[in-house]
Formats: sequence, C-alpha cells, structure tokens
Amino acid sequence: MNKENNLKGWLYLLPALLFLGFFMVYPLVDVFVYSFEEGYNSASQTFFGVGLYNYAYVLHDPYFLQALKNTFILVIITVPLSTVIALVISVGLNSIAPLKKLYQTVYFLPYVTNTLAVGLVFMILFKKTAYTDGLANLVLAWFGRGPVDFIDGPYWAKMFVLCFYTIWVVLPFKILILTSALAGVNQDYYNAAKVDGTSAWRIFYKITLPMISPMIFYLVITGFIGAFKAYSDAVALFGTNLNAAEMNTIVGYVYDMLYGDSGGYPSYASAAAIILFAVVFTITMINLSISKKNVHY
Amino acid sequence: MSNNYDQISRSARARRTAVRTITYVLLTFWALMVLFPYYWMLLTSVKGYGTYNAEYVPAFFTLTPTLENYVSAFSEVPLARYFLNTVVFTVVTTGLMMVVIVPAAFAFARLEFKGRDLVFSLFLALMMIPNELVIITNYQTITGWGLRNSFPGLILPSVTSVFYIYLLRENFAQIPDELYSAAKVDGTSDFKYLTRVMMPICRPTIITIVILKVIECWNSYVWPRLVTDDPAFFLVSGGIQEIRENGFGRENIPAMMAAVVVISVPLIALFLIFRNKVMAGVSRGGIKG
Amino acid sequence: MKVVLQNLTKVFPSRDKKSKDDVIAVNDFNFEIPDGKLIGLLGPSGCGKSTALNLISGLLRPTSGKVFFGDDDVTDLPPENRGVGLVFQSYALYPHLTVRQNIMFPLQNLKGTARLSREEIDRRVLEAAKLVQIEGLMERKPGEMSGGQQQRVAIARAVVKMPRVLLLDEPLSNLDARLRLQTREEIRRIQRDTGITTVFVTHDQEEAMSISDMIVVMKDGVVHQIGKPQQVYDDPVNLFVSKFLGTPPINVFEGRVKGGALFIGDERVLDVPGAPDGPVWAGIRPEGFIPQADGPFTCALSGVEVMGRDVSVVCRHPACASAQIRAIVSSEIRLPEGATSVRFSLKPHKVFLFERDGEARIRLAGAKG
Repeated sequence: MNKENNLKGWLYLLPALLFLGFFMVYPLVDVFVYSFEEGYNSASQTFFGVGLYNYAYVLHDPYFLQALKNTFILVIITVPLSTVIALVISVGLNSIAPLKKLYQTVYFLPYVTNTLAVGLVFMILFKKTAYTDGLANLVLAWFGRGPVDFIDGPYWAKMFVLCFYTIWVVLPFKILILTSALAGVNQDYYNAAKVDGTSAWRIFYKITLPMISPMIFYLVITGFIGAFKAYSDAVALFGTNLNAAEMNTIVGYVYDMLYGDSGGYPSYASAAAIILFAVVFTITMINLSISKKNVHY
Repeated sequence: MSNNYDQISRSARARRTAVRTITYVLLTFWALMVLFPYYWMLLTSVKGYGTYNAEYVPAFFTLTPTLENYVSAFSEVPLARYFLNTVVFTVVTTGLMMVVIVPAAFAFARLEFKGRDLVFSLFLALMMIPNELVIITNYQTITGWGLRNSFPGLILPSVTSVFYIYLLRENFAQIPDELYSAAKVDGTSDFKYLTRVMMPICRPTIITIVILKVIECWNSYVWPRLVTDDPAFFLVSGGIQEIRENGFGRENIPAMMAAVVVISVPLIALFLIFRNKVMAGVSRGGIKG
Repeated sequence: MKVVLQNLTKVFPSRDKKSKDDVIAVNDFNFEIPDGKLIGLLGPSGCGKSTALNLISGLLRPTSGKVFFGDDDVTDLPPENRGVGLVFQSYALYPHLTVRQNIMFPLQNLKGTARLSREEIDRRVLEAAKLVQIEGLMERKPGEMSGGQQQRVAIARAVVKMPRVLLLDEPLSNLDARLRLQTREEIRRIQRDTGITTVFVTHDQEEAMSISDMIVVMKDGVVHQIGKPQQVYDDPVNLFVSKFLGTPPINVFEGRVKGGALFIGDERVLDVPGAPDGPVWAGIRPEGFIPQADGPFTCALSGVEVMGRDVSVVCRHPACASAQIRAIVSSEIRLPEGATSVRFSLKPHKVFLFERDGEARIRLAGAKG
C-alpha cells in the first residue's frame, strides 16, 4: 500500500520533474560549467582550460560596461519614479467613485499589449526623420525647444525615452497591486483619523503608507528585479542592434553573446548572466533586510 | 460662534471640491498618456502612405481614412502566418503546461509519499532562479537536438513554471481534508477526485493561471527570437521586429501601424471581455517578469 | 454638552440600480441627549443605529434635519471640527503604532493655538491610560494585546482629547461574555468619572439597560421609545419594544377583550377595565405569572428549570405566539409531582395589551403611565 502510494506520488510528479530537470536544473548547473570553460567552441564543443578568464573578459568588455551602466541608470530612475507615480495614481483612484472602473481599465491596458508593438509606436512618436520631426518634438517646439532625435540622437535623449517607456509599461501592474492594497485597508482607520482631526497629509503618511508598506516593498523588490532584467523594451525602441545604439542592457548583452551576428560565445554569455544574477541577488537581499526593519507587521 | 462654524463648514466643502477636481485632472492626464499611443497607432494606421509622409508636422486627425494599410499588412508581409504561429504556440504551450502542473500540484498538496517535502523545498528554491540564467543552456540544448525553427523547440522550454505549480498547490491545500476522506469512503479514485472535486473548486486559480500564461505567451519575445530565424516560425513579437527592419520598406509607417493594431487587438479584446477575471488574476498571481 | 437631533433623516440610494427603493436608514429623529448622560441606542441589527451614530460624529451627512451640540448647529461641520471621540466596533487601533503612539495620535493632530507641548501631551496620554488602567502596557503593539485590552486602548484614544461627546459603536461585541460584563461596568465608570456625554450603540438590550441613563429603542430607522431603562421596560409603547426588552423575553398570546376582561383561549384571565372589545396581543412578562391552584389561566406543563434563586416554569399554550411560555417564579413555590398542567393568576402591571393591527399599546383606565 505504502509502496504503491510512493509510486503514485512520483508518477504524478514525473512530467513536471522531466521538464524542470531538462530545462531548469541541468541548465542551471551547466551555466556555471560554461562560465568556467575557457575558449569554448560551440561547433567542436571543445575548450582549452578552466578558469576565470570569461569573467575577466566580460568585465573588461566595453559593451558590457556600457550595458551595465545603462541598466543601472534605468533601475535607479524607473524603480523609484514608477513606484511613486503608481502610488499617487492609486491614492487618487481610491478616493473617487464615479468613473473609477473606467480609469482602472484604461490604466491596465499596457499590461495586455505586446511590448514590442507599443514600443514601435513610441519610436514613431519620438523619432526624428527627414520627413518629420515627430510628435515629441512638436510638443517640445511649443515650449520653444528643439528638435532632438530621441531614437538615434544623444545618449540622454535615448535614455529618457527608454525610462519613459519602461515606466509606461510597468505602471499597470503597480497601480493594480497598490489599488487593491489600498482598498484592503479597513475604512475604520480612516474614519477614526478623520474624527480625530488628522490632516489629509498626516493620514497618508502615518496611516496609509505604513498600512500598505508590505505591498510597496514587494513592488520595489520585484521592480528592481524586473528593471535589472530589462531588454525587450529597449529592443522595441531601438531595434535589435542595441550595442550600436549604445542602449544595450545586461540581458541584451547575454543574448548578443549567445546569438546573432556577435553571437556564438555561450561562455561569455554565461559569465555575464551569472554576474547579473549576483547583482540582482545582492540588491534583493539588501532590499529584504531594509524592508524587515521598516515593515511593521 | 455659529458664524465661525458656518465658515469652517464652507471652507471644508471648498477644500473637498478642490481636492476632487485636482484628483480628476491628474487621473485624466495619466489616462490620456496611456491612451495616446493607442490613438496614434490607430490614427496612423488609417492614414494613406502619401498623406502620412506629406505631414511634416504630424496631424492629430485625418479626414481621409483608408484601409489600404490593413490590406498591405496582410498581403505584403506574412502577418497571418505570425498570427497563426502565435495562436498555435499559445494554445499548445498553455495546454501542455496545465497537463504538467495540475498533477504535480496535486501530488504536492494531496498525496503522501517519501521525499515529497524535500522535493517541494527544492521546487521553491527553483522559483528564485531567473530565466536568463538557464536560457543559455536551453539554447544550446535545443540547437543540439536540431529543433531550431520548429514548434517543439519553441514550446518545450516554455512549458513548466514552478511558480504556477506553487500557486495551484497552495490553493489545492486549502481544500479541507474531510472532502478527500469523504471521497475515499465513497470509493473515488485519486484521479477522479482531482478532476471532479479539486479542479472545479479551484477553478478561479486555474483560470488565473491560464490567463497569465496566455498573456505571457502572446507577448513572449526573447526565447522565440533565439530559436527562430526563419520567418515561417516567427511569433507576433518577432514579426513586428521583422516588419520594422525588413518589411514594407523602412519608411512605410502607416502599414507598420496597421500590423501593430492587428497584433494588439486580440489580447485587448480578450481583456475587455474578461476584465474582472484578468485584473483579479494578475493581482492574485502578483508577478511580472 | 447636550446633543439635539432635529428631524434628522438619512436616506441611502438603493444599491440595486434597477429598483428605485431607497433605504431610509434614519427616519425623522427628534430627541435630546442631556449633558453628561450616557444613553444607549438600542435596536436589532440593521435598524440604523450605527447610521445615527455616524450622523452625530459627522462621518455621514444627513439627508435632511439638523444636529446641535449645545446651541451650535454642527450639521455641516466636518467630523474633525466637532470634537467627538469615537470608539469603533473593530477598535480601529493602528496596528503599526504602540499603545502610547495610538493614544497620542489625536493630540498630535492639534494645530495652531490648540497645539500642545510635549510634556502636556505626555501628561494627558498617561492620564487617559490610567483612566482605563493600561498604563503598564504603553509600549506594546495592538497585535500583542487581548481584545479587552485593545478595547481599553480604543477608549483611551477616544477620551484623551477630551471630546465634547463620546460615541461608542457596538464596543463590546467582539469580547467574550465575561469580559463584556466587566468592560461595560468599566465604561460606565469612565463615563461617570469624566462626565462626557456618551452615546452607546448596541443590539444587546441587557447591555443597554444595565449601564444607560436613558435608552432609545429603534427599529427600521424609526425611534419607537425613549426613556429610562426601567421605565421603558415597565411601560412599553408597542409590541416590538415589549418583545425587544427583557430576558427571558415577554410571552405573547393571541387574546380577546370582551366586556372589560381579557380572554386567552376560553379562559377569562384578567380584568382589563377600559379596554375596547376586540382581538388583541397580550404580552405577559415572565415574572407576571403566579402559580395558584385556582388561578384562571391554565397552561400545559413542559418542565421546570431550577436556576438557584429563581425557578423557570416552561409550559405551552395553543394561543401563545411562540412554542414555549417561560414563567419566572419564586423558588419557594412547589408544583405538585407529576403534574401535566399548571394554573396561574397574573400580575396586572406585568400584562400589556397591544392592538392586533398596528401593535400599539392599549392603555387601560386607571393604570399608571
């Protein structure tokens, strides 16, 4: 009986184990192996030796350093900004009754739209061509500024579009999570505070924020992780040759090393991926320890 | 005293009105920011090629809408093919995933066997592994098996998700033990119990998972891009990149926009129909790559 | 501070968009709460008593009518300017703040000339904590305390700002039976000590009767009777009020008045001078029965429950509106062994007659009240 039960349990698990074994556990081990194999050749599947050369190469590769810089700028700008904007919008949404559903629906749209599709629209809005300066420049012109090519132009302009688009893309999820967190706060707390004459700002700062702080930290942590893994947003705006556009990200670097015109170097790709993972892991740990100190219950 | 009270009442009312107005202005501003790209997408897609290129200053509306771009979207680039590929990919991947994760979640939640808890903790540890770390070897594996530019190559590595197994297991585990005992007394087999009792009870979670997976599949770009370079196997995301770089000639932006509209519509329509389910699902699932 | 409600009405729009039936939660309230008294707002769930409380606190605005604090019309005044303390059924203690911070919270909101110094705040917080006897728990978080302790903190937070009116919304409903008894005494004591005009909402008639100076019995948004607890109990204005007050509840019979006498079944049970002939509801308080061998009222005996001081005689009667009749009699009275029926005579002032339609009280000639 017992034996039969054991067998049955494993039988139910078998498909999942097979898939995970092949496509997750084995690759996980393998990526470390790759990262230490020096001079690996995809075609002949041979390598010279074992060591840290791949890491050294990646860390000295100007493309990687560019990607690292881009990714960090993107993270530092978009994570706090998107969280704050989402918070403001959610608080606003939570305070109204008419049209609330309509606003919520509209705000959620980017979540269900193909990132590459809207990215193309953004590119057109911001791109300056021989035929037109584009809509973004039209707006700039109203303020007497003028024309900048946001897609093929200066670095800061490209970074601005990337950050703007990234925020546009990540907001729906954050707004959704925060509005449901806000709706979950017992109305009695607000009534109690109102009766006690608490100012709106103090209610927000002393009651609302602490009450939803677990969700905010959750969003910050997942936001960091997501932003470090940014890639397809950049592709959507600047095309697949991100190195040429100076707009590559770490994940983009990994894929470029693996595939395409610059590809064929799984060892470098592995080393870069592991460096990325180490960075994300460290930041997540720091975030968690901060949140433990500041989330109260 | 009572005058004083009147004043307080009046100023409180004025403040409320002001706050309300500012709130609506703010919310409307962002709603327009969200909607504008969609509007621009639609608008550009109905402008004629000549009209569009003649506008040095882009026009915010058009008086001569045309559907010619939609015709060329389907005739000049294999848009229908990308579409069909994506549908096949989404349906098969999601279906296969359910076949794999439901029994696994059931085993973890309900069956008792040696090593279950150990394996489950290993599963949880796997949840922290980012896709980027394993995709390198998967690429090598699929290439090694000669599955590049094929549906198995696209689908197989996308099938399992530890997170969904976890989500489903948690839900299964909430079903009271008495139900299982009752079913056992009535002579119900484990498999029948799973399909007749547990799955119907956990339908909301299952729907959530399907919705999340469909969105994920429809928008997936990275893996398909790695394993396909033959346009015959492109999904919509790869299709957009292909159209952008090689389709229509580089500058036929209205035709590109028509393609983009066509690609965006199905998921948006699905969302508008199942609005509440999708939003509840996403907030319950609480994940985004 | 006396509180006056004048023609106060609150209508909630119907939630169901198709039906036009608006809900009248509070219907034309007119009463005055005297300064320094504790009044109990009493009624079954959903009768609008919490709505009434929130109209006084200012969290809700009335559809029509006025609220006065003393001579000031506060109808349009937002809650923060009314100077009310509110204790919620859920306590609404901020879970991330300690007891001290929770009690301090209302004082820190004060601005301008009302602003308090640190020392003054500390002093008042300590005073409030002492009043509810939780001064030893000041650094705890609400999650680390029992329900009774949380309740005390909630009261301390409400009284610390020295409100003109203290409002308690079902403050005891989340406590177990023993704690409830203890806490209601405590509330009474605190109210006496501070002398704050207090409104106490509850659905538990015993609770309201035991601590209130005055009770307001309401149902479906309408005030049925206002008065001192004993007075309302002894002289209910209608069948609902008589049924709502008292444990065990009043026994209601289908009766008939003929020629100045009350008939239940075929028995002439009591003289009721001045009552018009016709069908009536006859309500008899449990303590209104006197077992008597030649009594005029015969009931089938179901059993006898001895509860120390008192004996509860359980019987049945075909004319009774409920399945059981409960009579509380002195334990010195002995019923014959093996009896299957019991005869009672009735105490006239424990018997109330109500119209069969409309259920209003029928006053008797020469009776008091």
